[in-house]
Amino acid sequence: MVKKIERDFGRFRQIVRGKIRKELRKYITKGEFIGRQGKSVVSIPIPQIRIPHFRFGKNDQSGVGQGDGDVGTPLQEGQPGSGPGAGEAPGEHILEVEVSLEELARMLGDELELPRIQPKGKSTVISDKERYTGISRVGPESLRHFKRSYIEALKRQLALGVYDPDDPLIIPWREDKRYRSWRVKEIPHQNALIMYMMDVSGSMGDEQKEIVRIEAFWIDTWLRSQYKKIDIRYVVHDAAAREVDQHTFYHVKECGGTKISSAYALCNEIIKRDYDPYEWNIYPFHFSDGDNWGSEDTRHCLNLLDNELLPKCNLFCYGQVKSAYGSGQFKRDLDEHFGKDERIITSEIRDKEGIYDSIRDFLKKGK
Amino acid sequence: MQQITRELQTWQNKIEAEARAAGLDPFETRFEMVDWDEMNEVASFGGFPTRYPHWRFGMEFESLQKGYTFGLQKIYELVINNDPCYAYLLKSNSLLEQKMVVAHVMGHSDFFRHNLWFSHTNRRMIDEMANHGTRIRRYVERHGETVVEEFMDACLSLENLVDVHSVYSPQKRRPRFDVMEVEEPAETPKKLKSKGYMDRFVNPPEFLEAQRKKIDQAVKKKKQFPEHKEKDVLLFLLEYAPLEPWQRDVLSIVREEGYYFAPQGMTKIMNEGWASYWHSKLMTEKICNDSEIVDFADNHSATMGMRPGQLNPYKIGMELFRDIEERWNRGRFGRDWESCTDLAERRRWNTNVGKGRQKIFEVRRIYNDVTFIDEYLTEEFAVAQKLFVYRFNAQTNRQEIADRDFKKVKQELLFHLTNLGSPIIHVVDGNYQNRGELLLSHTHDQLDIELAEARDVLRNIHRVWQRPVHIETHLEGEKKLMSFDGEKHHERTVAPA
Repeated sequence: MVKKIERDFGRFRQIVRGKIRKELRKYITKGEFIGRQGKSVVSIPIPQIRIPHFRFGKNDQSGVGQGDGDVGTPLQEGQPGSGPGAGEAPGEHILEVEVSLEELARMLGDELELPRIQPKGKSTVISDKERYTGISRVGPESLRHFKRSYIEALKRQLALGVYDPDDPLIIPWREDKRYRSWRVKEIPHQNALIMYMMDVSGSMGDEQKEIVRIEAFWIDTWLRSQYKKIDIRYVVHDAAAREVDQHTFYHVKECGGTKISSAYALCNEIIKRDYDPYEWNIYPFHFSDGDNWGSEDTRHCLNLLDNELLPKCNLFCYGQVKSAYGSGQFKRDLDEHFGKDERIITSEIRDKEGIYDSIRDFLKKGK
Repeated sequence: MQQITRELQTWQNKIEAEARAAGLDPFETRFEMVDWDEMNEVASFGGFPTRYPHWRFGMEFESLQKGYTFGLQKIYELVINNDPCYAYLLKSNSLLEQKMVVAHVMGHSDFFRHNLWFSHTNRRMIDEMANHGTRIRRYVERHGETVVEEFMDACLSLENLVDVHSVYSPQKRRPRFDVMEVEEPAETPKKLKSKGYMDRFVNPPEFLEAQRKKIDQAVKKKKQFPEHKEKDVLLFLLEYAPLEPWQRDVLSIVREEGYYFAPQGMTKIMNEGWASYWHSKLMTEKICNDSEIVDFADNHSATMGMRPGQLNPYKIGMELFRDIEERWNRGRFGRDWESCTDLAERRRWNTNVGKGRQKIFEVRRIYNDVTFIDEYLTEEFAVAQKLFVYRFNAQTNRQEIADRDFKKVKQELLFHLTNLGSPIIHVVDGNYQNRGELLLSHTHDQLDIELAEARDVLRNIHRVWQRPVHIETHLEGEKKLMSFDGEKHHERTVAPA
């Protein structure tokens, strides 16, 4: 059924994506792409466009609430009290929802219209995945549903007339107990390797690294939703490359020249050593500001790509982050050399706003 | 969307009969069953699926959809103030939940029908909304989507600039300017008849002088435009702004819908409180069978739950109605009660007058949230409900409980309810500086308006008025005049603090 709301919804999405009514973009409350990041959930803001009104300003930060606590007790985090009427108008607050990474990947897929990835090679181990979907009368104690069991016991005691409001003690019998039950889903098992390489030469500033961090987070999230097992390796390089852990990858400060070939060579080495291209789907991502040390090294890079990396990988992605110092020459060189080769994708990321488009560039092929 | 099942229909009849027996008098109410995305769709349109097209309904839809998908919120019921009254039931609800919603809706429907503040709302609003939709769609076809939408956005930015009380006062509308108007002869002070030698005493010169001054002032006032400051800014713009006919119509649609929805904002606590009072009473006394009562209690307490630090209008409203009923049953009102200071005696106080039921019906008839809270929120109630004022503490960077003093709590509550929590703004002069510019004034009380947003609103008013616009307000203790002349924003201090 085509719903009436589709038209308005579509229009709203177009405005949010900045396709029409660009003057409204400044009213979009979007916040950071990644909000609080818990163990396996992130909170993401729901985009809202605020229609401006005469309203009370920043000193309107008081109201009436209800509950226990002495003067000075803070209200709970993330739950600003609201006066009556507040929250009635949409767009009053930045709405945030907590979603699992799996959900997030699905939303990302919907949002960017990403195709599901067609893994290469022989896949085929089938693995099981459990989800809690229902309630049953039997089960292990560890899955007992407390509230459901409590309600059943309460009902029984009321019916038997043994419930005493002055001493509301509820003792569940075995028949009262309720348990979570699950269903098993079979999914094909595939392995993937993500190899992040980042240029950490002097010209890559904090802002550039932040962009890489956000983009890498989204790529991770998406690829994780597509593969059961994912290995992630990190390589940083200036004039020389080395493998590092995740924390170092995002926080390291180096400076010095840039020799991209060093990273590609190391990447190739790691793949050769640890990942058989027939077993693994391999995704190298390289982020840089596009400055390389001379055309000699660039030639070396192209060579490595042609003969070593591309034949092994599903997709090779190069993201060029704009910086004040970078010339951006490297992307031009790649584009010139590879033209329309489907195995390599280059993308330019101007600023944080550009991340969306860049992710789409990388993943839209579904490879 | 589909008709309700026969089983539910039977329950509806039973619940409605019980409601009427208890004294409620709802509109004829029609229920429809919807699944959750239909519910979200209808709710995004503010209850009217035939409304005009606008992106903000889509925005609302997205946030409701996500809210539902991730388990943040679920809309149980949706009821439309219309005759007949329409209400939507969520298909996936259990029978018990449906019964509870039906009982709740009976309360709303009765409130719509009988509360004074709803008396001027259009009871054929479903048809009217469809008309609005048709008209706007026609303008979209004729003038283009973006053009109409941009103007609509400007109008929506002004939608709170109305006088929600104006429809209830019989104050006469100013006649529109008419060039054919016959000029009235200049007024002169009226003299009492007297003989010449007595004239000085019967009509003393000071008196005549005072009279003349008064007349002069009246004449001067007449030249002012508008004569009295006008709170219904939208009406003023409708009548005097140089708009195309379609633009005028769009503005009038926004204004009309604003007035239709205003009473729901003005009686949020009462309306929800009344419906909750009745669903709880009907369910526990008449409708639930023994096996359902525990599940009812579970559902009911979820609706009445207070999140720490938040005021739940359902809870406060229902408790206030119960408190009033109890007080009037036990005769806890009137001079004797007010003047009694002996705590023990107050606690025992019971004259068995039994006027509670009668009283709450009277209250639901003539009060709105402001007068309701003002009149019936007592100190005992505030303590029992653990009400407090919270404030942002800049030192700790968090919201903190600031006060439990009854007067402060009440004052704070009333402040947020007044004028639906919006700044009070009037049109003062439609010919400011004799240049056809528009001067608004913000009646400043405690709080400043949001500066950046106010600039955008001025820009939108300019779009409608098409001449420079100004607003007088206070910012950080200084009286300021904010202006927008079509190109630049400008703020200047009128009088320092």
